[in-house]
Amino acid sequence: MTGRAPSGRVFALHAAVILGLLILNFVLPEYHRGVFSRVLVLAAFAMGYNILFGYTGLLSLGHAMFFAAGLYGAGLPVYHLDWSVAPAFIAGIVSGAVLALAIGFLALRTTGVAFMIVTLMFAQVFYLITLFFTTYTRGEEGLVIRQDLRHLRMGDLDLALTDPSLRYLIALVLFSAVLIVTLFIVRSPFGRSLVAIRENEERMRMLGYNVFTNKLAAVVLSGAFCAASGAAYALLFGYVGSGFASIQYSILPLLWVLLGGAATTLGPLIGTLFMFYIVDFTSGFMPAYLLVVGAALILLILFFPKGILGSIRERWAPWLP
Amino acid sequence: MAAVTPLLSTRGLRRSFGGLKAVDHVDFDLPAGEIRAIIGPNGAGKTTFVSLICGRVLPSSGTVTFDGKDISGLQAHQRVRAGIAYTFQITSVFANLTAFDNVALSVQRRLLDGKDKSGALHDGVMDALQKVGLTGHANAVAGKLAYGHQRLLEVAMGLALKPRLLILDEPTQGLSDGEIANFIALVRDLSKETTILLIEHNMHVVMELAGRITVMEQGRILAEGTPEAIRADADVQRAYLGA
Amino acid sequence: MAFGPYLLLATLEGLVMAAVLALTALGLSLVFGVMRVVNVAHGEFFMLGAVLAWWVSSLVSGNPAIGFLLALIVSPLIVGAVALVSERLVLRRLDYKPEATIVATIGLLYIIQQLVLTFYGPEARPVVAPFDFRIRLPWFGYSSYKLAVIAASILLVLATWFVLTRTKIGLVMRATQYDGEIAQAFGVPVDRVYAGVFALGAMLAAVAAVLIVPIQQAHYLMGLDPLLLSFIVVIIGGLGSLRGTVVAAVLIGLSDGIISVFFSPTLAKIIATSFVALVLVFRPQGLFGAETR
Repeated sequence: MTGRAPSGRVFALHAAVILGLLILNFVLPEYHRGVFSRVLVLAAFAMGYNILFGYTGLLSLGHAMFFAAGLYGAGLPVYHLDWSVAPAFIAGIVSGAVLALAIGFLALRTTGVAFMIVTLMFAQVFYLITLFFTTYTRGEEGLVIRQDLRHLRMGDLDLALTDPSLRYLIALVLFSAVLIVTLFIVRSPFGRSLVAIRENEERMRMLGYNVFTNKLAAVVLSGAFCAASGAAYALLFGYVGSGFASIQYSILPLLWVLLGGAATTLGPLIGTLFMFYIVDFTSGFMPAYLLVVGAALILLILFFPKGILGSIRERWAPWLP
Repeated sequence: MAAVTPLLSTRGLRRSFGGLKAVDHVDFDLPAGEIRAIIGPNGAGKTTFVSLICGRVLPSSGTVTFDGKDISGLQAHQRVRAGIAYTFQITSVFANLTAFDNVALSVQRRLLDGKDKSGALHDGVMDALQKVGLTGHANAVAGKLAYGHQRLLEVAMGLALKPRLLILDEPTQGLSDGEIANFIALVRDLSKETTILLIEHNMHVVMELAGRITVMEQGRILAEGTPEAIRADADVQRAYLGA
Repeated sequence: MAFGPYLLLATLEGLVMAAVLALTALGLSLVFGVMRVVNVAHGEFFMLGAVLAWWVSSLVSGNPAIGFLLALIVSPLIVGAVALVSERLVLRRLDYKPEATIVATIGLLYIIQQLVLTFYGPEARPVVAPFDFRIRLPWFGYSSYKLAVIAASILLVLATWFVLTRTKIGLVMRATQYDGEIAQAFGVPVDRVYAGVFALGAMLAAVAAVLIVPIQQAHYLMGLDPLLLSFIVVIIGGLGSLRGTVVAAVLIGLSDGIISVFFSPTLAKIIATSFVALVLVFRPQGLFGAETR
């Protein structure tokens, strides 16, 4: 088909990645399966960030608030109100989406540097709010959700989310769902509009597009993905703390996406995986492991701005979505 | 006077930047089906005038009426969807997207509005590319096309919107003689389906295409008439043709 | 204590805060104004200034005033040199593109902060004030050093203002700020101006940190608060406007000081931060800035 990436190859690649990750569940040693579970959940966070940063060209410095909205939106009802897992997960996503709608509505009145600072400021407000209501959130110390509350019950089925294998599989389901939806969006007219807005906003206006609503839709979508990741994190790993709302968690998805390749569907996974292992490795022998984060950011932006998959796409595989 | 309402009309349209009156109380009518050229020296306010029509620039005062409806309060993108397409003076195709995707953005906009369900996206795009003669370049990245081809792509993006009024801002600037000849044929062909408002410096193109010509000077309309009448007009000669 | 004296105490504390904030924010504002660079590592320059002040003063024995004065000179110089090197090695190569430089200065933030953690450690350490007799007011005694900080800050802000408006260096900087290309065409060495401004901005933060470190201990994580507060000040004052920055610093410092005394400091920060975000959304030129090009 003209003007389209070859569908067969694209679907085969994504299916292979998901299948490969499924097989890893049965192959990986216990420790690494745990790491991969976290990476898969956080990769969904990075993919959400990528929708806005990579495809729409909006650099937010405040995405921790959407992740944390999902984290608290799901975690607080379980902890305080004994909600069951499924409605809590939904509550997490809805919290993120609603927050994204409100923040997007305000922040999208600005552009460029002002957009970055405004998102940073709003995220900081969110972080401070989690500290202010420390009676309910226990602030930086955070809440640990009891193991017996982390069960997914459907009819007679009772699944303990604390089981390592099940936890991995649920993380994979979340990851795959976000990946497939992202792929679908990227190849849809809406995805094409987002990329075009990134390239030239004024031209899009003169093609009859309401640029603001399209960007707002991207913010909400991005916020909902990040919140889904946050909600899953709370329910799968049972910890909810203010640290996840701090600036560091706004910087990390930016780093993961930059490393893996902005505006690539699989880049966020690669970036998250690499960075997670690099940090995991260095934190083993030095306390100042965040030095790696700083060095990676500078080296990437100086010498490797397209990231891993972005560079591969440029040189060898222009069909990569 | 003619009983038919014009497709486009402006009344008392005015826009100043600081102290400069870029467009100064312009009353303008454009009947459907016409090819109208706007000419005038640099700085006469031509681009500002069409920008006011398509909503890129907001007027200091005055109204714009399109197809009998007052569109003065509409934003630019709403005016495009009402049927006014604008092609940029400075080529502004999406340089990193393919020619296909560039035109697809126009076609999908039209499909989203549900105005035209008959053609699928692909057919609509190829149809527009074929009209401007770029079928063979569909998969080329727009930024790597030759300059003349980029101009044609810009026009294809405009016409793929199937507008009722197509505004072309200096479309032949930088084109070779051969490309200009093709372009004249293209616009003539387009004018069967849509009304065309053309800002143009190349007098050969203007005389070949325009049904009527509007001459602007210092933000005002100096004269309006058939190409023959304009050619004969003493004021115009003094102001513009340099006689 | 009665309400009146209590308010006076809160106001004095607020003024000390405002004094330090004005200097720090001035540095950020200068860098943004001239170079259009948002320096996210600005708070780390502040932190580095404080940590170096501890290091320098710890090298000198005897009268604490000697160590402090030495720190006041050496620490900003080292910080300026670090800034200069990062500007040459990183920012210049990025051609000062706004998004790329933000990402790079975030990287710089982590590098400085983590290097300090490595070599200085996670402890908070105090620097002894050069003098610290208490001035007896009718209601309470107040630290003379804190009053000196206010005075020093006023002098330094005035000096900066003098340099910017009354000297050739200032003229060159303003020309660059107005239009880099035209300045270049008139023989202004824009490249060197950028390097100098970036170093100067960092040095202002370092001076502010040296002044505050006898009151607040040096710690490797102390850079975040001044960074966010400087953002707040620069945004409210109008990006790149000197007068606005100073006015906003006093306003924010005072209100933060006063609100913190009467309410929870977290609530004060929540209010100030949301207010600033909304200012940026609805009045991007700042509360005191004029509409710019």
